[in-house]
Amino acid sequence: MEVQKTALYDYHKNLGAKFVPFAGYEMPIQYKDGIVKEHISTRTHAGFFDVSHMGQFFLEGDQTLITALEKIIPADLNNLKINHSKYSFLLNNEGGIIDDLIITRTEKGFCIILNAACKENDIRQISQFLTENHKKFLNNNLSLIALQGPKSVEILEKLIPGVANLKFMTGNNFDYEGEKLYVTRSGYTGEDGFEISISNKKVEKFIDYLISNEVKPIGLGARDTLRLEAGLCLYGHDLNEKINPVEANLKWAIAKKRKEVGGFNGWEKIKTLLANGSKKIRVGIKPDGKVIARENTKIFSSDNNEIGFVTSGTFGPSVNAPVAMGYVKSEFSEIGTSIQLEVRGKKYGGKISELPFYKKSYVK
Amino acid sequence: MSDKKFSKKHEWVSLDGDVATVGITKHATEMLGDIVFVEVPDAGKTVEKEGQAAVVESTKAASDVYSPISGEITEGNKAIADDPGSVNTDPEGASWFFKLKIKDKGEYDSLMSKEDYDKFCKENPS
Repeated sequence: MEVQKTALYDYHKNLGAKFVPFAGYEMPIQYKDGIVKEHISTRTHAGFFDVSHMGQFFLEGDQTLITALEKIIPADLNNLKINHSKYSFLLNNEGGIIDDLIITRTEKGFCIILNAACKENDIRQISQFLTENHKKFLNNNLSLIALQGPKSVEILEKLIPGVANLKFMTGNNFDYEGEKLYVTRSGYTGEDGFEISISNKKVEKFIDYLISNEVKPIGLGARDTLRLEAGLCLYGHDLNEKINPVEANLKWAIAKKRKEVGGFNGWEKIKTLLANGSKKIRVGIKPDGKVIARENTKIFSSDNNEIGFVTSGTFGPSVNAPVAMGYVKSEFSEIGTSIQLEVRGKKYGGKISELPFYKKSYVK
Repeated sequence: MSDKKFSKKHEWVSLDGDVATVGITKHATEMLGDIVFVEVPDAGKTVEKEGQAAVVESTKAASDVYSPISGEITEGNKAIADDPGSVNTDPEGASWFFKLKIKDKGEYDSLMSKEDYDKFCKENPS
């Protein structure tokens, strides 16, 4: 498959981006400042992220669309208000996570933001439940920009009056340069911020404005350290088709009503897990020293039994220490449990930790 | 103290009598990015030429540091293990990785000069 580029590719190049192949796209991993500075400037001022590789999938239809989507998404879509968003999943018949996503109710139906690496398969999976009465389209004419950090609201409000009134996980249409753009208050960093869906034609001008307000470009490298400090999962690492939401410690994301009534893929399995708990569960992990426990690091109990593995691990610039997430046998999942991490053949101490590692500051 | 010599794996070596000091080059730190973890060898450990001797990790990934020269480690630089970021600041000065007692000065002589190394980096951009 030919490598794809976002509308901002040349713009990133001029900003000094280093590119890496990611999910079939050439994406900036970092810019001149480097990962740590990009991370810190997002936490202290604001940063922007080009996430246009993600799928912006639009669905239109009547009440039967809700019924169809609820078969594969365990959110309460019937009671989701227009312009409100939920974090949810696509589930397979075993309750495994096909993808994690944000679904927003629109005037005519829904918009689903899908992970870049999964989007084509996701659309096939969703389409199984759709009929000719439902319209679907992946909009590749739109860019998606995340603006994250404590100054985001002040900066965006000056350009697009009204965005400051949005609450976390809600959105709306706004006018910009003679076009409509859709802004949600959401993100993937643990900071207050917005995600802006904007036409490819206008996106450079929009980024010019952000840069003139000292918003730094942030690459995938800092996106990863920011989300991990915030305790947020990365699909393909912390989540996959063999892991269900109960094991992923994400049962909060299954709507209360859906937990009671079911009617979605994998419900039988998930019902049992909700009642009895799962054998393994996702936890936060803090290595004791400076050693970094990266993905696939084996986890041992203090009496040397193998109890799990790391799925994401890095150095957290804001907590100024290594941080990780992984799966352990549930009996070892209590906060504070001492564990050992095997790095380069040597065992290092660590502890099961609360998530997030870094305290969020969302506007509710 | 002799002039610095350089390896293709981006380590530098300087020699004082039969004790060599080894670190990673400025070019290496620029390729690695922000260094957040360093593991240096303990005194007494024997290392072979081009054998793995230390570990350096950036926010992105872990990399091995090889010894460009054989010998017995006399000291690992604990200061950089405590403050890994200092490797980005002064890689070819205070932030050396380890010292070792060498066996064969010929191994040192066969490494690249500063000039040759700079040329090598230009011809082999990361």
